[in-house]
Parts: sequence; structure tokens; C-alpha cells
Amino acid sequence: MRIGLDVGSTTLKCVVVDDNQKIIYRQYRRHLSQIAEKAADMLEEIMAELPGLASCPVCISGSAGMGLAEALDIPFTQEVYATRIAVGRLQPDFDTVIELGGEDAKILFLTGAMEVRMNGSCAGGTGAFIDQMATLLGISTDDMNELASRSGRVHSIASRCGVFAKSDIQALLNQGTTREDIAASIFYAVVNQAVAGLAQGREIKGNVLYLGGPLTFLPQLRLAFDKVLGVTGFCPENSLYYVAYGSALTPELPCLDLRKTAGKIRRYGSVSGYRQSEPLFASMEEYNSFLERHSKSKIAVDARLTPSKRAWIGIDAGSTTVKCVAINEDGEIIFSRYTANSGNPVPLVKGFLTEFYEEFPDAIVAGATSTGYGEEIIKNAFSLDMGVVETIAHFTAARAFDPEVDFIIDIGGQDIKCFKIRNGAIDNIFLNEACSSGCGSFLQSFAGALGYSPAEFAALGLFAKAPVDLGSRCTVFMNSSVKQAQKDGADLSCISAGLSISVVKNALYKVIRVARPSDLGEHIVVQGGTFMSDAVLRSFELETGRRVTRPTIAGLMGAYGAALYAKENGLLGSTILGPAELRNFKHQVRTANCGGCTNNCRLTVNIFDGGRRYISGNRCERPLTGKAPGERLNLYEYKLQLLSEYRPVPGHRGIIGIPMGLNMYEMLPFWHRFFTALGFEVRTSPESTRQTYFLGQHTIPSDTVCYPAKLIHGHICQLLESGCDAIFYPCLSYNFDEGLGDNHYNCPVVAYYPEVIANNVHALDDKKFIYDYIGIHRPRDFPKKIQAILAKYFPEIPLKEIKKAAKLAYAENDAFLAKVRAKGKEILATARSQGMPVIVLAGRPYHLDPEINHGIDELICDIGAAVISEDSVSDMVDPFPTTVLNQWTYHARMYAAAKFIVENGDPDVNLVQLVSFGCGVDAVTTDEVRSILEDGGRIYTQIKIDEITNLGAVRIRIRSLLAAVKHKKGSGENVKTAALA
Amino acid sequence: MSKQRLWPEFTAEMKKTHTILIPDMASIHFELIKNVFLNCGYKAELLTSTDQSIIDKGLKYVHNDTCFPALLVIGQIMDALHSGKYDLNRVALIMPQTGGGCRASNYIHLLRRALKADGLGHIPVISISYGIEKHSGFKLTLPLVRRGLAALVYGDILMLLSNQTRPYEVKPGESDALVQSWVERLSELMRQGEAYSRRDMAKWLDNIAASFAAIERTPRDVVKVGIVGEIYMKYSPLGNNHLEKFLASQGCEVMVPGLLGFLLYCAVNGVVNIELYGGAWLNRSIRTTAVNILLSYEDMLIKAVEKQEIFTAPWPHKKLFREGTKIIGPGCKMGEGWLLTAEMVELIHHGYRNIVCAQPFACLPNHIVGKGMIRRLRELYGANIVAIDYDPGATRVNQENRIKLMLAVAREEKDGLKVHSGRPVSI
Repeated sequence: MRIGLDVGSTTLKCVVVDDNQKIIYRQYRRHLSQIAEKAADMLEEIMAELPGLASCPVCISGSAGMGLAEALDIPFTQEVYATRIAVGRLQPDFDTVIELGGEDAKILFLTGAMEVRMNGSCAGGTGAFIDQMATLLGISTDDMNELASRSGRVHSIASRCGVFAKSDIQALLNQGTTREDIAASIFYAVVNQAVAGLAQGREIKGNVLYLGGPLTFLPQLRLAFDKVLGVTGFCPENSLYYVAYGSALTPELPCLDLRKTAGKIRRYGSVSGYRQSEPLFASMEEYNSFLERHSKSKIAVDARLTPSKRAWIGIDAGSTTVKCVAINEDGEIIFSRYTANSGNPVPLVKGFLTEFYEEFPDAIVAGATSTGYGEEIIKNAFSLDMGVVETIAHFTAARAFDPEVDFIIDIGGQDIKCFKIRNGAIDNIFLNEACSSGCGSFLQSFAGALGYSPAEFAALGLFAKAPVDLGSRCTVFMNSSVKQAQKDGADLSCISAGLSISVVKNALYKVIRVARPSDLGEHIVVQGGTFMSDAVLRSFELETGRRVTRPTIAGLMGAYGAALYAKENGLLGSTILGPAELRNFKHQVRTANCGGCTNNCRLTVNIFDGGRRYISGNRCERPLTGKAPGERLNLYEYKLQLLSEYRPVPGHRGIIGIPMGLNMYEMLPFWHRFFTALGFEVRTSPESTRQTYFLGQHTIPSDTVCYPAKLIHGHICQLLESGCDAIFYPCLSYNFDEGLGDNHYNCPVVAYYPEVIANNVHALDDKKFIYDYIGIHRPRDFPKKIQAILAKYFPEIPLKEIKKAAKLAYAENDAFLAKVRAKGKEILATARSQGMPVIVLAGRPYHLDPEINHGIDELICDIGAAVISEDSVSDMVDPFPTTVLNQWTYHARMYAAAKFIVENGDPDVNLVQLVSFGCGVDAVTTDEVRSILEDGGRIYTQIKIDEITNLGAVRIRIRSLLAAVKHKKGSGENVKTAALA
Repeated sequence: MSKQRLWPEFTAEMKKTHTILIPDMASIHFELIKNVFLNCGYKAELLTSTDQSIIDKGLKYVHNDTCFPALLVIGQIMDALHSGKYDLNRVALIMPQTGGGCRASNYIHLLRRALKADGLGHIPVISISYGIEKHSGFKLTLPLVRRGLAALVYGDILMLLSNQTRPYEVKPGESDALVQSWVERLSELMRQGEAYSRRDMAKWLDNIAASFAAIERTPRDVVKVGIVGEIYMKYSPLGNNHLEKFLASQGCEVMVPGLLGFLLYCAVNGVVNIELYGGAWLNRSIRTTAVNILLSYEDMLIKAVEKQEIFTAPWPHKKLFREGTKIIGPGCKMGEGWLLTAEMVELIHHGYRNIVCAQPFACLPNHIVGKGMIRRLRELYGANIVAIDYDPGATRVNQENRIKLMLAVAREEKDGLKVHSGRPVSI
């Protein structure tokens, strides 16, 4: 008899195998992080079930079992390898195994060159991810499966990690997408994650075996895999126990005494050996004085109407909660609601209003404002008077508690927002980038997974003796950090405290990036639902060394601010639906495709009674106004238009294909002119779409590279089908020298991505793929060098001809840039003469791609500003010293553009920096652009983009920026500020 | 570009008054290099602490998306400056700067930014570079360069041979003790003006190789594992969670390609650049001369190792270049560039077919030269390569789990699939 014990991240599995290698006993259960106890229980149950079995070989496997096995000197088998052993024994005819676990995803390729893969450290598309999504929807995973089986349409959800996916799902929910479709979309996101993260260029085909919990329990997930892979996979009997079985079959295992082993494992649970932080509270007295201090920041929450009977309503439809507040003439709260938002905020708000009218039948609603993610839909649904950007709402509320407030930090469900206030205006805004958001809801999911309410779970940590130090990175990593701490014996209270501390560290060091707490300010107001936890609040005070104000209504501040905002705007009569109208309230959701242009946006149309409508999913205003974008002041649009004019011209030398991605967004004029002049027809790959990405997904070797690079794979695949004689995608270490910096490199990805393509896109092996190293930065040497390169692929071309073509190419490049710059200046002048604000949307040339920028340029235009690009103003400043080594051509333009903003001095011309997720170079450049702007007293705004398509957060940033600019101007204050952080 | 200086210079006077703090990377090499600094009249100290507070300081002072090495190096420095051990008006810092197209050329500026944020902007940071910055108190003089080169070569041979001896030694600890005694002895010799001329070096390299060959060995069943990666992650135990030690505990013999190879790679890139894109003859011949000088040092090392049959000598750099650039273009020169791919090819050919490629999370060059080339190497040579990401959030358990998987596959390839025997039945 042999025992295999599989200690996974969320579950324990064990098997007992007899001498014929037959499973005679098996057990599967969630361990709820009490690994040692539950594992010991399991062994003891085995002894009870199989009397007479006192000692036998035992082997542990599983991601959370390694530390246990090592510390106790029990044999260990790596879990993927255990699967490999089990499959070799039980299902030798299978080619590929896909195994999803709690936090791991694995693919084993067994035939041909054997390969085994596990998900990298940044990959959440696993069982825990599905659990997290189910929690978000407020259903069980079985319900999710059930819903998915009735889905009609799959939406695209970012699949890289749970945090991104959550933003997308939230957006879909807020738009009224059906839960059926969302459930199915989540499963497809998991599949895409597995394929993108694990296949790494190897195609999944043949007989596919599905193993592990999620694939066993969720038939719809299996179906999604089948559909995406084009196979019919098989989920065998005992699909949960392959790892345990494989570890039981590990050769050369010693016999262990089971009773002693169980005892050893149980005792291991009490050993403490993880990284610790200081306790939150040393004593009950300390806690009480803390509570005492914070109870002072309060306002009435059950006040009465004043004699005027006037009331103002504020509604904050956030990502995970809906908050509603009504205030009286004195600014006191008369009625409020804080409810979890499990998808659709509309019925929640309707419920609130109904109750309010019942409770205050004689109230006269003088004004009503909505804010938050659901601002638009709520405003339309209930016919509110105005919407206000979240940041302003929070500031308005904070001022009511501390008129001198100079720093506000709000940690909500999935946002961290903080801003500095200077001279009564919002001066500096920090919103969490997509990668570290979700902190509050992370705590919530974590508590839920362990069977606690968020409040109970947080309270557990208050008096923890040795909180776990979990670091301050993205929450996806925190799952594994927690796993490690559990392995090292941290109990629940220490994990709870540790999570609260890490939320705070994330906010301070990841989002705001403070070096010293004095940078934050003197009068700090904290708010948002997450700060309702005493543990989080205490961590914040300990970490910053400041005493802060937490209004007793910390969770309601957005709504309270919105109500105050309505009041401060002097509203005396509201258009809000009255009690009668509310009774007839109807809400229908319909989907449609907008035929307005080639984008073919999928629209979600919310129809309310009385013909009020709210449409979402649109990229432009056309479906709303019925009008074309028309003459918008958008240089991004103009540049795209210019590029689209480089059409193929038939030539005698052959057809050259160019992938439209990365630097080709800038180099196309050059290469098009060059090759066309030589008599080549130049074909470009079609405009990027989400489909382009999926097309090349299976050939991407590194799942953490930036999205623009990933798209190239799809473009190459498209070119392969386009009948080109050769594909031209050269390596370029150097870019043109524009004289702006110390050097003129491309970033490593732009420079050398062709090498990745050559070595990972199999279909290129028998195709002419020109990816040589070319020096465009040396125009004099260029013709000779390129002549030799082209001669490798085509009959030699006379140097004279090449020289002529090169001359034309360089001229074309100059002309293109000149046109862009002229147009940029024209837009700048036109906009300013019309009093319109201007945003310099500073990115890289490939940020022009609408699939990469997700239409941010159009969004800015919709908000009412003009958009120009960094390269259109980078020539308007003299070279200047930077504190960093200024060595990349594209980035030098951004520094110059920032300098331009400062020197130009017009407060209505501002810079917004676009950053692709995973762009390592931008870790350097963002800090520099920020300091150039802030040293010049200007506001820095950064937008991180990836596969995400949720523009809600972007809208908030841009609106906050414009509101801050307006406020600054209004207060007549010179725009001179000190830099923060 | 405007050469206006935005940072404090390390002046000639400071040479006498200031202690230069050197962040550690490869401990054998850096101990030797520190001694070279001392011998050349500088006050210097090697920072060897590996406390958790280093990562905390790094997170606090460096943009968190910056590569992990920058975070660690700067964290280590800030940690030292805060320790109270140093007179903050009498310390200087030092950092190499290659001027290549990857973020590493900017570490020095990130450090200065951190210092400024902490009110320590007056502390001078010396850049060791090929002319990017000038410091009147620190010059790459011929004696310094010669001693420095010697230290690198000695470091390489000590690392190479101790790695090839340690797993087999009969008396545990003997190889490490020998390394230590050589570090002390060589430093002393160099202080006396010996052991860095070409002729002296040939002699001492032979002695070193002979001394390791003399260590009593016993055959052991080991898995041969090569380590490549981003340079800091590859060598620094602080960065890679004591990777070499972990592999040793799992019964592996490791090979880590030396630092001289990186220096040669940088030098060769100068020549390749001119070949690819054009450039002056004079410029090219200066660069070629530099390469040839370095090659002569490498040659001494290889000859010394080859004299002892039991040891595997590294490929000459020319061969490394030739074989590596069959896979990836020679113009790929940011970060570790083509060298990293070439080192993987070399390791595979030396029998180290199981490779850990260590990189900071989201390291840009590694998307290309590491992860981007693995598929081809696997197809061509059936190599067993695992890429491990390191960053402040990645946990050791995750990293070690992945490495264990790679080792399990390695053992199967070596010994065949081993399953507890018995009759196959259906369950």
C-alpha cells in the first residue's frame, strides 16, 4: 500500500494505492488554509478507514506541500511531474494534458519532445480566478457553469490576470450585459490565458486530457477549451487525483510510520517561520484610544429635514458597491444606504429612492447628482440633474470634515484614488494603474474564500502577534505570498493583519510612491469602504506615522460629496423621477451592433420608461447623436489617415509585406517610399483588432511582454496569407537621431522583436523573412548596407537605384513628420482660439493603433478637448539636460513634449502620458516626465493601457484633470506647486 | 546634448577622504575588485548585507516597475547609508554604466534620484563607463584597469573551478576554503605589485587550476545545470534567492558563465556595430585592439583550465560568438543580448543541457534573448530550459517549484521514466 498526498493551494487530495496500483481510498477537500491540521486529519482518517495500515510509503506533492515535505523530511514529488507519472501509467495514449488547479495552470506535452509547463508568477487564470469572479457576481461556480450553458454571446475579457479581467467584467456589468454571457466570457478568458501563457508557441492538438478541479466540475469550461482548441478533450475518472496518484507511485519511497507522521505534520502547524511585521495593536487599551480618537470625526447620519423641507441626493455607483445619501439644508445626512453591487446598480438605486420617498414623503428634492463608474447610467435612468467626476465628489465631502484637507486617499473596491490639494484645488491625482487595483475587493474575496465576512476577517488581524509581511506588489502575487506564509505556519489572524498592511503598502509605495510620509500632507483624510476596517486604518497610520481623519461615514463619502456638490451648485429644483414615476419605472437591456462605421461597436442599449436611453459599448458619439465624428481636433486621427494613404503600388520586383505594428507606425512612410521607388509593391497587414491578437497568440513566447509586441504575431500571421514574396520586419537598434537626447536607441522590444518572430512563428521557416539589422541612423552608409542585405533575398539591385530610393525615403520621412507637426500646431492654435483645452497625448508611435489605445484619443475629444501627439510639439523646445540618461528616440520626444507644456505655460494645454503595461523602459521615463511637469508646476497624468478595454477609469482621470485645471484657473492661483513624491 | 552636470562629481580630494561603497554582485569577483580599489589608493567597502530591509528600501526609493536589480542595488545602498555606519559626508558610491539601450544604463540616475529624495543628493556617485561621465577623482588608469582585469579573470576561474569541484569533494567545504584562501593570497600579491602582469597571471592561473584538481573527489550522481540570465540575477544570491545553493541542495553541479565573457561581449559589440552600420576605420581598429587584449586574457584562463583534464574549459569567445549568432543576430546588443543565447548554446554543448534562465520580471531584453529563443534551442538540441522571473513579489516557493519541475524532467532524461514498479492495471 502507498499513500499520495496532494497539497494544493486551496484543496487537499489523497489516495491510497494498493499493490496492484489500484486506488482503494481517496479523499478531496478544501483546506481553508489550515494545511497542516487538515493534512494530519486526512492521514488519521486513512488509518481509521484502513485498519491495520500502520506504516507505508508516503509521498507529498502539490504547490503548498513543498515546504511541509522539506521541513519534515517527507518525500516530495513536483506536482506537474506527478501528473506526468500518473498519465504515463493510466492514460498513455494522450498527447497533451491540461490541468487547472486552485492557483496553477499546467500543460504537459507528452508526445514528441516532452515538455511540461506551469503558469508563470503573473498569471491568474485559474481556479482561484474563477472563484474570484464568482464572488464578484455573487454566485457559486456551479451557478456560473449553469449560466454559461445558456449564453448567447461571448465578450472579450482581458485574460492576463484577475485584476484586468475584473475591470472588464465590471464594465460589462455596468453596461447591463447578461450574466449568462459574462459567465461564458469568463470561461473563455481562462482558456485564452492558458493558451497564451502556457502553449508558448507550441500548438495544442491530438488527444487532450483535462485534469484538476475546475475542469472536472465545470463542463462549460471544458467546452470552452474544446471550442478554442478545436479538439474534443476527455476528462477521465479520478481526474482530481492524478497528482496524488502520481506521487504515490514515485519510486524508492521509504516506509513511514503513519501515526508519527500525522503527529509531525500537526505539530508543524504551530511553527512560526515567516517574514513578520509589527503587530497592529499591542493591547486593548491602545485599540480603545484609537477608536476614541476616530469617533470624533463624525456628522449626523439620521438628521431630520429642516423647515425648508429641501433635500439633495447624491448617488455613488461604484464598482462593487452602491452608496446613496440624502442631505438636508444644513448638510447633515438624513437618509443613506450602502449596498453591495452584484452587477446592476439600477435596481439598487430604485430601491433606495423608493424607500427615501416612503420615509420622507414631504421632502422636496432640490438637486440630485451621480458619480462613480455608474454615473452615466444612473443619471439617465433616474433623470438626475448632473454627474460629477468621482474625485471632485470626494474632495467636496472631505472638505466638510477638514476644511484644511490637503491629502485625500480613498481605497474602494477596486480603485485606489488619492489626490493632493493645494490652494483649494485638486492638484495631483494618483489613480491605481490597472495592475495593482482591486485591493478592497481582494480582501473581500480572500475573506469569502476562507468563509468569513470582510469585517470579521479584518477584525481577526487586530491583535495578531506577528502579522505576515506580504510585500507590496500586485494582488495576484499576494495569493502566492499568502500560500508561502501558510506553508511557513502563519495562522489566520497573522494573514489577516498582513493583508491589511499590504493593502496600505500597495497604496503608499505602488500607487503614490512616497519616500517620506511628510510628502503626503498635514491634513490627511482617508475614506472609501476599505478604510472602514480598523486594521487597514491602523496600518495606514503606522506606515505613514501620521494621525489621519477617517470620517465615520468613510464608506459614503462619494455619495455625500455628490449630494453636497448638488447643494453647492445652488440647485433648487430637480428633474429626478418622483414617487409616481418610480412606480412605473422600467428597465430593458438590448444589444445591437452599431453600423455607423467599420468599428462595428457592439452596443448595449438600456431602455427606460418614457424613452430615456443609455447606450454603452460605443467608441464614439455617433450612435448617440447620429452624427459622424466630423471635424474633430484629433491629431491621432489625422496621423492614422496619413498612414492609410500609403497604398500598394504594383511593381516589377515583387511584393513586400510589412506588419503594421510597433515602430512601423512611424517607419511606414520611409519603407513604403523606399521599396516603392525600387519597384516593389508594399502591402501592409490590416488594422489591428482583438482577432489579430488571437491569431498569433499561440506563437507568443513571453506572456509578460507588452501588448503592442504581442499584436505583431497576429500581423505576421496575416501577412503569411497575403501572397507576399517576402515579409520585411528589420531589427533596428538605433532610430533616427533627432538631436533631442544623449543617444537615439529603440527600446529592446522594438529593436529586436523580429528575432522573436523569426524564432517562434514556425510558418516563417520556409518564407522569405527579412529581419536583418539595419542602420537607418547613418544615411550615408545605409544604401550600401541595404544593398547587400536585399541581395540575399532578391537579385542584386544597382547601388545607384538604391541611393536614389534612399534619398526619397529619407525625404518622405521628413515630409511625414513635417505634416504631422504642421497639423499639430494648427490644431493647437484652432483649439486655443476656440477656448478648447488641449491634451498632448504622449506615447509611442504605435499608440496610434486603436486596438492599443482603445480609443482614448476619441474619448478625450468626446470630453471636449483637442488631442495632439508628443512628436508634434517635441521640436518646439531646445535640447535640455535631463536627470536620466536620455537615450531613446521615442522617449526623448516625451521629455521634450513635457518641457513644451512647461515653457508654453498655457494652463489649458496639458500632457497625458500613455504607458503600455509591461513597458520596462517607461518605469524610467514616467518618473522623468512627471518631474519635468511637476517642477514646472504642472499636473502629471499617466494612463496605463493593456488588453483592457474599460475606458471608465480613463474617463475619470481625464475629467479630473480638466476639472482640476478649471478649478486652478478659477481660484486665480498661479499654477506653481511643489512636487509630491 | 547639453553637458550641464546635474549631479555631484567625485573630485580628486575625495579620493583621500571618501569611502566608496560598492554594491555586491558576484561575491568572489567583487571581493577581489574591492581589494584592487584599496591597492590603487581608494578607500572602499563592499556591501554584503542581504537583509529583507534591502528590498523594502528598494521598493520605497525606486519606481516599483523598474527592474529588480536596480531595486536591489539601490535598496542595498540606501540600507547601508541609513545604517549609521558611515559618515554621510565622507562616502561615495559607484555603479557601472554600459550606455546600452536597456534600462541598466539608467540605474545610476535612479540611484541619484533616490538620494535626492532622501536629502542625500550631495553624495557623489561614480559611473564606471566608457566616457559617459567624467569624475576627476576617479579615472580608469592603466594600473587600475590591469589589476581590475586580472581580478575578473581570477574571479572567473575560481568560480568556474569551484563549481566543478564542490559537488564531488570528499571533504565538504574544501573547495570554498580554497577559493577564500586564493582571494586573500591574490589580493596580497596584487598589493605587492605582482600577479597582474600577463606572465605572472599565466603562472598563477596554472597554480589555481592545479590546486583545484588536487582536491580529493568522489564520483556522484549529479544533474548538470547551467545558469544564464540578466547579469545581476545570474550571479547575485540576493537577487536569485540563493539559486546556486538551492541547486546544490538538489544534487546539481552548476555552471555559470564568467564575467569576462560579458566584458568581451561589450567590446565585440563595438566592432559589430561598425560592421553592420558602417563607421571609421580608425574607430574600428581601436575597438578591435581592445577585443584582442581581452581575448589574450581569456586565452590564459582557457589554457590553464585545459591543462587539468577533469575540468571543462569555456569556449573561446570567437566560438561562442560564431555558435550563438547562428541562432540570434550579432546586432542584438541590449542587456545581455546575443551573449545570453550564445551561453545557452555553449552550456548545452558542454553537457549542461538543463538551464535556468534567471531574469527580473518584465526584463525587456530577456523577452527576446531569453524566453524568445528557448523554443528554437529546444527544437535544435532538446534542451531543458526553465525561465524564472525574480521580483520583490515573486515567492521563493513558486520559483523553486518550477526549478524542481525542470530537474524532474532532467532526471527522467538522464535515467528514464521511473515509476514504482508493479503490474499496470486500470483503476
